[in-house]
Amino acid sequence: MLFSFNTFSESEHVMTDTDTGSASAQQSSAEADDQLFSKDTGKLGDRVFRGLSFGAAGLILVTLAAVAIFLFKEGLPTFTGDQDELDNAESFLSYVGPLIFGTVYISALALLIATPVAVAVALYISHYSPRKLSHTLGYFIDILAAIPSVVYGIWGIGVLAPILSGSLYPWLDDYASFLPFFGSDINVSTSGRTMLTVAIVLAVMILPIITAISREVFLQTPRLHEEASLALGATRWEMVRQAVIPYGRSGVISGAMLGLGRALGETMAVAIILSPADGYFWNIITNSNSNTIAANIALQFPESSGLEVNRLIATGLVLFMITFVVNAIARKIANTGFSGADG
Amino acid sequence: MSRTTEYLPSLDTGSDDHRQDHDKITSGSLAGRGMLGVFGVAVVVGALTWLPFGSVNWARWIVVTLISYIVGTYAVARIVESPRQATDRLATAVVSSAFALVLLPLISVIWTVIDKGSNRFDWQFYSETMRGVVGEGGGAYHAIIGTLIITGLTALFAVPFGLFTAIYLVEYGGNSRFAKAVTGLVDVMTGIPSIVAGLFAYALFVLIDGPGHRSGLAGAIALTLLMTPVVVRASEEMLRLVPNELREASYALGVPKWKTIVKVVLPTAIAGILTGIVLAIARVIGETAPLLVTAGLAQGTNWNPLDGRMTTLPVYTYQAYKFPTLPPQASIDRAWAAALTLVIIVAVLFTAARLLSSILKPQGLK
Repeated sequence: MLFSFNTFSESEHVMTDTDTGSASAQQSSAEADDQLFSKDTGKLGDRVFRGLSFGAAGLILVTLAAVAIFLFKEGLPTFTGDQDELDNAESFLSYVGPLIFGTVYISALALLIATPVAVAVALYISHYSPRKLSHTLGYFIDILAAIPSVVYGIWGIGVLAPILSGSLYPWLDDYASFLPFFGSDINVSTSGRTMLTVAIVLAVMILPIITAISREVFLQTPRLHEEASLALGATRWEMVRQAVIPYGRSGVISGAMLGLGRALGETMAVAIILSPADGYFWNIITNSNSNTIAANIALQFPESSGLEVNRLIATGLVLFMITFVVNAIARKIANTGFSGADG
Repeated sequence: MSRTTEYLPSLDTGSDDHRQDHDKITSGSLAGRGMLGVFGVAVVVGALTWLPFGSVNWARWIVVTLISYIVGTYAVARIVESPRQATDRLATAVVSSAFALVLLPLISVIWTVIDKGSNRFDWQFYSETMRGVVGEGGGAYHAIIGTLIITGLTALFAVPFGLFTAIYLVEYGGNSRFAKAVTGLVDVMTGIPSIVAGLFAYALFVLIDGPGHRSGLAGAIALTLLMTPVVVRASEEMLRLVPNELREASYALGVPKWKTIVKVVLPTAIAGILTGIVLAIARVIGETAPLLVTAGLAQGTNWNPLDGRMTTLPVYTYQAYKFPTLPPQASIDRAWAAALTLVIIVAVLFTAARLLSSILKPQGLK
């Protein structure tokens, strides 16, 4: 479709150069009509419109370059400026290290919680729910994605955290403390403002993305694959395992990576819920939690000045690079995707 | 009765005298009423968890019900039907329970926001600002104005920016290297964390105005960075759906390309494009982090986006909840009321998007 369109506009160009005004040309009378009827307005309008759309596309490039340059420029003084201006004279690496750890750790936990549920929900919508309902059910999941993150934040601290600290956390502390994540040497949090609470809220927030993408690829499973499996006597679950999941695997992975990218950059839910401390913490149900880069910026920025601001911007640049890499991997998987069933 | 056959489980292949006992094809299976029975038992088991705790806990009830449903289904199917059938039923139970589980937070969030937000859902909240307010009272008038100004500016920047980029990609760019690069960059832009967009806008305005800059315009620039890729994606997808025959018919009538785009292509795709734009607005209207670092927080109404701090509803919610003034409950009530307002706005935008897409759907296109 697009290809034919291009050849069309190219031929128009040729016609203009050679100036064949007569409509006798065999190829198409369209260009000729163009010449005949819209000599003035058409050319000028076309040039303006083309310029506008080209300019907008170019502005995308300029904007992204500006993002990288300005962040770099404002972040750089962290290393070159007078280090005494900073409240604690630690190196940038030891400042950002725990933050990177917290960001990756919490996001990975969220992903671990969200992915299986998201895939199950996507399967339910695409292959299990009554066909007439599936559109409405998908709409419910979309609403989940539309709720602002600050609302998730106050819901997380106001509703979810008390529930978890009253039920799940003492239980985990009693029965699962042999695992390092729930180790018993430190007191379990009574406020519930822990990394696990944050991870669960983030899981709810990224679930719609993973579900939406998984649902799309599951629905694209070739009907013949499914019917062939069913015709051989497979139950519905066996059909899903043989036909749907292999076909959708790369889509699920790329959806999960996009969800991870979203979780890495999520700010408000973390800033509101988490009770942060400085350092590396594996235990996810205590009051000592590693903060994330994004939440740290949101918490520190309003009260920072001078070099502290530059340091925060530098951590923002680090976050940008992490999400960039994760998203790039997601796209790469998505582009090589759908090969599972082609062979 | 247990099955021995390992294949074709739903068609009974047992011995002939066996079949005479049960003339139905569904004999020896749990189809229909059987599963309902298992679910009913699971609900009762869930309700029984009230006894040791002595109080009604909806979340626990639902979780216990789902778990007993999953376990019960497998056990019963394993006994009555075949192992393969039991696995199939287990998968069905797990998958549908997962969906029910996901509805829990959705219902909980919406219920909580309505419940707690209604405490301050009054006229005072929508007509007063926080200027000079100590303790109870006060409102979010200034935050609503700020939200409208900043979101309006954002839409003003992002819609033409995104729409023209999409037009370039679909109508002009083709398969050129530049178009491919732009597509890739839009992907990168989609992945920019919102707080990083805020830092960028701040860094930009530091160059113009010096450190510590705060203004509504800076907030709008940050949000533009987040909204533009969404608009590009939605519009691009819709423009590509416009059949090429329409363009060719227009050219055949001698209409220049730009007029073809304005009069033929855009009207055909307008329903989808507008829906995409409204959904993009719904997304940025709830953004907090970038505004926290660019527009900041003000106690009164600021009508000028070029100068001074400007509060928006999400930032207002955050501030009122995270750093409550005394007495804290008044502040927290205000936060929930602001959250309720925000959710209502998003819901209205969502509904508007749905209505738009059904009203403006081009005639004759499937």
